[in-house]
Amino acid sequence: MVKKAIQIDEKDNVATTTGEVDIGEQVEVISPDGKVILRPEISEPIPFGHKLAIKPIKKGENIVKYGEVIGVATRPVKAGAWVNTHNVGSARMPTKGKEEEIL
Amino acid sequence: MTLFMGYRRPDGGVGVRNHLLVLAPIDCSYEPAKKIAAQVDGATAVTQYHGCGKDPVLVHNLVGTGLNPNVAAILVIGLGCEALTVDTVAEGIRPSGKPVETLIIQQEGGTLKTQEKAVRILQRWAQGVAQLKPEPFPLSQLTLAVECGGSDATSGLAANPAVGVACDKLIDEGGAVIFSEPQEMIGTQHILARRAVNKRVASDIYKLIDQDEERLKAIGVDSRWMSAGNIDGGLTTIEEKSLGAIRKGGTRPIQGVLQNNWDRFDRPDGPGLWLQDGTGLDVPSVTHMVAAGAQIVCFTSGQGSTTGHAIAPVIKITGNPLTYQQMEDNMDINAGTILGGSESLNSVGQRIYESIIDTANGKKTKAEALGYRDYIVFCRSRAAEHMLGHC
Repeated sequence: MVKKAIQIDEKDNVATTTGEVDIGEQVEVISPDGKVILRPEISEPIPFGHKLAIKPIKKGENIVKYGEVIGVATRPVKAGAWVNTHNVGSARMPTKGKEEEIL
Repeated sequence: MTLFMGYRRPDGGVGVRNHLLVLAPIDCSYEPAKKIAAQVDGATAVTQYHGCGKDPVLVHNLVGTGLNPNVAAILVIGLGCEALTVDTVAEGIRPSGKPVETLIIQQEGGTLKTQEKAVRILQRWAQGVAQLKPEPFPLSQLTLAVECGGSDATSGLAANPAVGVACDKLIDEGGAVIFSEPQEMIGTQHILARRAVNKRVASDIYKLIDQDEERLKAIGVDSRWMSAGNIDGGLTTIEEKSLGAIRKGGTRPIQGVLQNNWDRFDRPDGPGLWLQDGTGLDVPSVTHMVAAGAQIVCFTSGQGSTTGHAIAPVIKITGNPLTYQQMEDNMDINAGTILGGSESLNSVGQRIYESIIDTANGKKTKAEALGYRDYIVFCRSRAAEHMLGHC
């Protein structure tokens, strides 16, 4: 069976695998309404529940999941590449008293 | 326009069930209250376990339970010497116009005499509510609570986003949704605040979640810490971890923070998404959201859960197909179909939405059919809150 990766929000630039994916394995990225939006080339193993990029992401670009920014790319990421702490850092979080900055 | 069949209450609320509530304001009268409730069809007994005090949080939540439109009538049974009197609770509920009676065991002359009177009152009510006719109502009369517990890797991937789709649909039809568990939102203050309808609400969101961070810090827990297990499981940042839980409330703007403290106990005063102050503990969290008026609960669990509620149907959803297979007696909806690609996120969301409407129309959830009536009111230590400067 072809492995799946789920895009949770249509704004997301990453999808989450629903099973372990190996190098060269076929993967379908499924949109929230069930369409196959990408069949990326897999060049490294990606564990179950981990993220892969569904488009090329530049260094410094936001990583978007759940339609929200979950972090920032610390190096360029190719479409289909594994996304985790090795290439993503936490975005600076505005704190209490900084409400003006985010609204 | 979607309609549901419900029972109109004198205060304008609409119930999806007709519970007779036997309310013990103190655990001293809870054993007799349970025996009394067991004798009458449709009666359920509840209490609180914080001892003999009259903390406003307990009063708000017990009164709120009585005010919930799923309750048709309320019998308050006390021992007699407790600080939180039957009258305090009854007076809070009476403005609803629903039938409210009180009995005091020490005044009635023991539990058997109390039981006889109580059963007669409840028997009369049970016959009366059986004659209530349901009427059609728009979804603007429906408030849904969402909760998660026993999460696993599928929760943030399948069950929570699918429930979120159902929440968005319900809100778009004029309904209200309550979500809580601020402890699980640590690290996402800025993201949630950005979804607030105005600056006051944004500032309330910061305060709510910051206070939970302070509580954890006071006991030496660094709440923004990601464990190696989290990262191995595929979670990269604290934002991602928290968003997996938050997504079960959907994506609509946040209308307000519902306070649940010594000074205030708020209910949603309109449609849309509302964030309630509360706890990450499953049953208390559900209890508080129901006390704020939710008639139905959606509960996601990756590992499986048995939770029901004393007066509200709890629809349980798992994103883990294996859990659904193993715990089909307890889990109502399998959202695990998303993982294999046989069903889309949006289509499972639609299925959950339809299940909410079916449940409103009277279909019993698995927990209801098994008679599970969880109920716990949670109350923070006021002394600790004072030391933290929260009150």
